[in-house]
Amino acid sequence: MTPIAPAMTDTAFALALALLLMAPLAIAGVALINTGLGRSRSAAQALLGNLAIVAVTAIVFALVGASVAGNLPGTPGSEGHILHLGAKPWNWLGAGPFLLGGLGVAPAQAQLALLFEFLAVAMAALIPWGSGADRFRLTAGCAAAAILAAIVFPLFAHWVWAGGWLSQLGVNFSLGAGFLDPGGAAAVHVLGGFSALAVIWIAGPRKGKFPKEGFATALPGHNAVYILFGCMISLVGWLAWNLAGALVWLHAPLAALPVTAINTVLSASAALVATFAVTRVRFGKPDASLCANAWLAGLVASSACAALVTPGQSLAVGFIAGIATPLLVELLELAVSIDDPSGAITVHAAGGLLGLLAAGIFAPQQGQLVAQLVGIATLLGFVFPLVYLLFWLVNRVHPFRADADGERIGMDLHELGGGAYPEFVIHRDESYR
Amino acid sequence: MKYAGLLVMPAGFFLSIAALALFPAPAPRVAFVLCGLGVEALGLVVAVRGHMEARGEGRS
Repeated sequence: MTPIAPAMTDTAFALALALLLMAPLAIAGVALINTGLGRSRSAAQALLGNLAIVAVTAIVFALVGASVAGNLPGTPGSEGHILHLGAKPWNWLGAGPFLLGGLGVAPAQAQLALLFEFLAVAMAALIPWGSGADRFRLTAGCAAAAILAAIVFPLFAHWVWAGGWLSQLGVNFSLGAGFLDPGGAAAVHVLGGFSALAVIWIAGPRKGKFPKEGFATALPGHNAVYILFGCMISLVGWLAWNLAGALVWLHAPLAALPVTAINTVLSASAALVATFAVTRVRFGKPDASLCANAWLAGLVASSACAALVTPGQSLAVGFIAGIATPLLVELLELAVSIDDPSGAITVHAAGGLLGLLAAGIFAPQQGQLVAQLVGIATLLGFVFPLVYLLFWLVNRVHPFRADADGERIGMDLHELGGGAYPEFVIHRDESYR
Repeated sequence: MKYAGLLVMPAGFFLSIAALALFPAPAPRVAFVLCGLGVEALGLVVAVRGHMEARGEGRS
């Protein structure tokens, strides 16, 4: 049964709503970063793809996903489907009305929760799009986003946020307060990061990335200004997202919000400083795109734990994220042959997992770490294989990867018929011929 | 090999779930949840190795 949340004051409701209206800045920031990290001849396709994915996820989530997520207490069927196993109830699937039926009569707090999920699903679906840059077809990207919005995200969101079995681990198995994910580190970022890995494995690397002989070829992002400005916009969106999450999912008092905001900034700052230092030592100069990745990884980690830890702990989490980010990006590219232009696996999957673990380690409740580990096990052992299977099936019907000509001339000309920078001379890489 | 790894990963998930249902005591429960995560990690490593082998054969 869906637990009844404590009533929200009018002030808290208004604040949460205002914060959620600012949260799309995080989506805009990630879209800019994705575009900047891709190549100039695919920039318009990349940014249009981001916008199209937001549109597709909104429609699909309204049509199907919201019903599966079942986050409207008070409407028929909102209790969800419950399986009894080991004398305990396992709420595994939402059963809300289709097409947002009953939204108008649902409690205001439930409507806020639904709005949070509407934004969260768009962010989750953007993440694999960035990883497929320069070869992922626009329509295939939209199809993948529709799969995430219709099935995978709503299922996991129900488990975490709508009285599902993960959120009830505390009540049913005395594991702390149940699986905690106030800012969407698991339901948005780890899910998105694992989806990115599935896309990369299915679509394969960009042409020329891994030549027959020698090391991987560096294909740097085309616009560092987009990347770094995207980081700045993301900070505003992330602050809004983390504070809104604390209000909506943790029912935090207003007095707890400044610490959450400070923790968010500290986590990102520590991550950036650590990567700045690591890249300065390794390469002689700081690397702008890796610093941007670290900033984002710090923000992602804060999504899980900013509302639950102290400023000192948040600094430590960000510092670890900052040290790990450049090393993991290098490891994935050079040792594991993964071509991830946006660094989504490192930033979103690894950063999110780090934050979820930190939330368990630093939480005062007994058993919280085990609850977080069960949530991580669910992401790795259920969500990732499910996403891979669904994407593999979509790829059989509608291939993810553009043809060789598309890669050669760039996705802008191939899919849109015009480039993002029409006054530029398009450089065609002759080695592709 | 990649698919074998991906098939092993849900086994780890079900091991973690079984730990919750079968063991009320904290120690064996934690041990089994960790074992489940270990199985998942093993599956991921196998899948990554499979990916690397496939890439090695198909380098452009």
